[in-house]
Amino acid sequence: MKEVTFRVFRGDKEKGELKEYKVPLSEGMVVLDAIHEIQATEANDLAVRWNCKAGKCGSCGAEINGKPRLMCMTRMDVLPMDKPVTVEPMKRFPLVKDLVTDVSWNFEVNKRIRPLKPQPRQADGTHRMMQMDVERIQEFHKCIECFLCQNVCHVMRDHKITDFIGPRFLIRCATLVMHPLDTENRLRELKDDFRIGYCNITKCCTEVCPEEIGITDNAIIPLKERVAGAFYDPLAWLWRLLTGKKADQRT
Amino acid sequence: MSETTPGSSVSRPFLETRREDNWWVGPMATAMGLLAFTVYTTWAALQGEHYSWGPYLSPFYSPLIKPEGWPLSPAILILWAPGGFRLTCYYYRKSYYRAFMAMPPACAVAAAPHKYRGERALFIFQNLHRFFFYLAMLFVVILTYDAIIAFNFDGSFGIGVGSIVLTLNAVFIAAFTFGCNSFRHLVGGNVDCYSCASMGKQRHLLWRVVTFFNKKHMEWAWISLFWVGFSDAYVRLVSMGIITDMRIL
Amino acid sequence: MSHEIHEHDVLVIGAGGAGLRAAIEASALGVSVGLVSKSLLGKAHTVMAEGGMAASLGNTDDRDDWKMHFRDTIRGGKMMGNWKMVEIFAKEAPDRVNELEEWGALFDRTEDGRIAQRNFGGHRYPRLAHVGDRTGLEMIRTLQNHGIHQGVDIYMECTIVELLMDGDRIAGAFGYWRESGKFVIFKAKAVILATGGVGKCYRFTSNSWECTGDGQALAYRAGASLVGMEFVQFHPTGMIWPPSVRGVLVTEGVRGDGGILKNNLGERFMFNYIPEMFAAETADTVEEASRWLEKDPNARRPPELLTRDVVARSIRAERLAGRGSPHGGAFLDIASQRSPEYIKRKLPSMYHQFKHLGNLDITKEPMEVGPTCHYIMGGVLVDPETAGSDVPGLYSAGEAAGGLHGANRLGGNSLTDLIVFGRRAGQYAAEYAKSLKSSIKISDAQLKQVEKVAIAPFEDSGKENPYQVFQDLQSCMELNSGIVRVKSELETCLVELEKLKERAAKVKVEGNRHFNSGWHYALDLRNLLTVSEAISLSALHREESRGGHTREDFPDSTEKFEKVITIVKEKGGKMTWKHEPKSEMPEELKELLA
Ligand SMILES: Cc1cc2nc3c(=O)[nH]c(=O)nc-3n(C[C@H](O)[C@H](O)[C@H](O)COP(=O)(O)OP(=O)(O)OC[C@H]3O[C@@H](n4cnc5c(N)ncnc54)[C@H](O)[C@@H]3O)c2cc1C
Ligand code: SF4
Ligand code: SF4
Ligand code: FES
Repeated sequence: MKEVTFRVFRGDKEKGELKEYKVPLSEGMVVLDAIHEIQATEANDLAVRWNCKAGKCGSCGAEINGKPRLMCMTRMDVLPMDKPVTVEPMKRFPLVKDLVTDVSWNFEVNKRIRPLKPQPRQADGTHRMMQMDVERIQEFHKCIECFLCQNVCHVMRDHKITDFIGPRFLIRCATLVMHPLDTENRLRELKDDFRIGYCNITKCCTEVCPEEIGITDNAIIPLKERVAGAFYDPLAWLWRLLTGKKADQRT
Repeated sequence: MSETTPGSSVSRPFLETRREDNWWVGPMATAMGLLAFTVYTTWAALQGEHYSWGPYLSPFYSPLIKPEGWPLSPAILILWAPGGFRLTCYYYRKSYYRAFMAMPPACAVAAAPHKYRGERALFIFQNLHRFFFYLAMLFVVILTYDAIIAFNFDGSFGIGVGSIVLTLNAVFIAAFTFGCNSFRHLVGGNVDCYSCASMGKQRHLLWRVVTFFNKKHMEWAWISLFWVGFSDAYVRLVSMGIITDMRIL
Repeated sequence: MSHEIHEHDVLVIGAGGAGLRAAIEASALGVSVGLVSKSLLGKAHTVMAEGGMAASLGNTDDRDDWKMHFRDTIRGGKMMGNWKMVEIFAKEAPDRVNELEEWGALFDRTEDGRIAQRNFGGHRYPRLAHVGDRTGLEMIRTLQNHGIHQGVDIYMECTIVELLMDGDRIAGAFGYWRESGKFVIFKAKAVILATGGVGKCYRFTSNSWECTGDGQALAYRAGASLVGMEFVQFHPTGMIWPPSVRGVLVTEGVRGDGGILKNNLGERFMFNYIPEMFAAETADTVEEASRWLEKDPNARRPPELLTRDVVARSIRAERLAGRGSPHGGAFLDIASQRSPEYIKRKLPSMYHQFKHLGNLDITKEPMEVGPTCHYIMGGVLVDPETAGSDVPGLYSAGEAAGGLHGANRLGGNSLTDLIVFGRRAGQYAAEYAKSLKSSIKISDAQLKQVEKVAIAPFEDSGKENPYQVFQDLQSCMELNSGIVRVKSELETCLVELEKLKERAAKVKVEGNRHFNSGWHYALDLRNLLTVSEAISLSALHREESRGGHTREDFPDSTEKFEKVITIVKEKGGKMTWKHEPKSEMPEELKELLA
């Protein structure tokens, strides 16, 4: 049976290194299978997060040959197997151990986003929404919170800017801002608190998203356009002056 | 809290990465493409001659405005508009941030170390994209007009290679312009509830049409960029007599 | 003892749909709530649910109502469901689903803007509110985003090892942080177990690593009863090829949206396996089945949509008769029934899953599928109204609790179960906690004892590899207590389990307590062994076949066993079983079953 060499990061906050392991290849194998194999045979205490093994829970993000990906959805046959395969933890988050990082910052950020505040229900006790109105935001609900986009975004990864909420939470804001029932104004906080202006549309988030969500095109840019409309549009400003409407009024 | 906030992980030196694929090909090609275009355009725009022949007018010089006593090339009076449109375009922002400013050069490759501030100070300018879009629409009209005129050979209908070149130019510019993200917002992206807004259904339809072009915005950006340069070169070469325009009809 | 201590009125163990819904409810009633989960928030097994949640909203077909849902659930459960639970369930389901929408869930819509519903096995009318094929994700994210603003204290990546008692009532729970390996004590007046399923007992399962039956085992050790543990659902359509994804679920939505099952001769074999009980409502010709697909209201349902137990057994029978697919399953074909666009829109994640993991385009080719362990109908015995167990202060909801689904669960009924009984558990646990005046005490002796158990795998006593014992347990259950059972094998299974228990006691883990997966496995093993024993013991003594429990030596359902439920309970350190009479359904409900 063919063998593949893996170089897996082993270590913690203090010290760490890439360790080599050899794993027999089986048909249809994914990187997570190899990690499990290593765990079961050579390194019982290897730390790794996973749950569904089907790309649905977003637990198993890592950097495979330098690229942020889900381990359970990366088939061995998409990687060059004549060379060692490197598996490292996501680099933008503080390391816990081996392939596990501390992603709790993301959960803290999520708390800052105010929840949906829907209009009152209709007389029959239900809400009416047309497929046409929800389709656009249903795409954003596909997010499995793997945080690969948060990991790769250079604003945080390289420039260490901490007051930017990142692509994952910009798409969450987008669902609320574009929600047909929501009654809150959210544009000012997008600009001032969530700092959407930090995104420079370089699209790495979209490139790595395993759910293939059009993060930049369908969520961030439309939000930026709304923010531009509310705060950077002299014509709109004039219009508001004449009509007395507020800047971040919902459309 | 400090331990869990981002930024506590180690800083990595510029261009550091574990990627083994040829990630640098993309930004390199982009840089070369943009550079070549800029050099050629600057040169061509400064010529101030050989910009028209017969019914053809180079798109760099259209609309042709020549005020009395203007000492420089007429192209300079108009090129700022399409230039500004492309400079603030969301796609081009990606390309120049990656290729020239290396922020980041490619995904998961360490960015250039200078201070990054996003859309602040001078970069607030990037929010004015929609105004350039309005002007760009005007240019679509003008270039379409130029394309139509290019079939008029001294009062009679004809088709030359140049007519086709200029027609394609108008088509490509239009496809690029109609995929503009600001346009997408203005025609319907700004609506939350299509089924309840006035003209909601129509706006949804328009939004979908623009979305169709928007999906290939990058491709149209490059095709139209190349072609507008090519159109200028074609008219220029014909007018200089280096090549002759072939008549098809 | 200088362990980290947290105090709450109500402690919810498990942050799946049931746990989150319980926590939201309890905290809305003004008590302090802690929520513990083994994994990160939003990753619980619920996230994997695909097809939808059943509620008789009557949006897609207005003939539907709670009575129909009641009927389908009881019949689908082969008459074993607790009627009171099913009644509450069917009545409250629509409100709970509408509530999710209020909190931000975006279901697929009907033409007139209401929540759309899809067909599923065993449901008479289209009944499942859904979002493509990722309904569980929608549910968990909605509850999560609502829950974080409710003032619930959330403890992520923390595993509970044991429940703590004050006399015979609940006093809290003892656990460890997965990251640091440090111990933590939760003092609580009431505890809700919402820990999900037991799938990891078996080799091929659609369940994640979390599903090790912790809740059932914790309750059992605290003295609570388990009910109906013999009823394990094997989902008929799991992926079987390539080996690395064996067991991963293929949603029933594929069949609900028109997919058909074929054997290696290309025959649509399900027509040969229609049980008498469902003959009146199942199409018996291909022609009628395709009229149903065209939405003819008079056509009966295709046989592919029979309940899961029936379909799983049929696939197995085809394989045994030599008509299986190359890797020992059947072909599931939707490519010949629907257009590629339709498939991609309605089943996006199935398309994605096969494309990436199976190298197969389901819009062009049939999938190869076979049974996979999916769900346990049995669980902690609870009161139908309050979700309380027979230990004061201990509640349970979701897959961890038993009773609602009887001998077989209908697809889509679990997600609804989570929100209906999750809410009830939260409500009654909060009320109980409020009513409790005296403070709770936890003895040091108890803590010392638990700590000793938790630390044991590091002692030098043995040299067993936890992963190896884990795998051997799974093989043993797959072989002897799986989809089709027989007396001799079940007896062997119980003997083998004893041996495995001894080996588990000698497990040795390497390294330190800092995020040590080997140690985590070693502790989960204890729970798996308990639930495996409960399953096998209950299965041995139900000498009939019914729903998720099939006996080769007793192939028919019998009246004798229809009247009893199996209860498992600890007595003097040993697992004991008994058959208890099932509570009698009132006449007016019986009439609904016709
Ligand atoms: C692939 C798949 C598809 C499905 N599709 C559907 C469907 O379409 N419709 C439907 O109705 N049902 C479906 N089901 C079934 C349904 O998803 C599950 O039964 C249901 O989600 C269980 O939810 P729960 O809240 O009870 O537990 P889970 O969601 O399993 O959550 C358990 C929680 O308990 C925690 N926990 C467990 N043990 C401990 C411990 N010792 N200490 C601390 N925390 C602990 C876990 O971390 C987790 O947070 C599907 C199941 C699978 C596997
Ligand atoms: S497009 Fe914006 S949000 Fe996405 S990675 Fe780039 S800078 Fe970050
Ligand atoms: S948007 Fe995509 S990459 Fe980002 S967290 Fe969600 S699924 Fe992951
Ligand atoms: S394990 Fe769930 S996404 Fe990989």
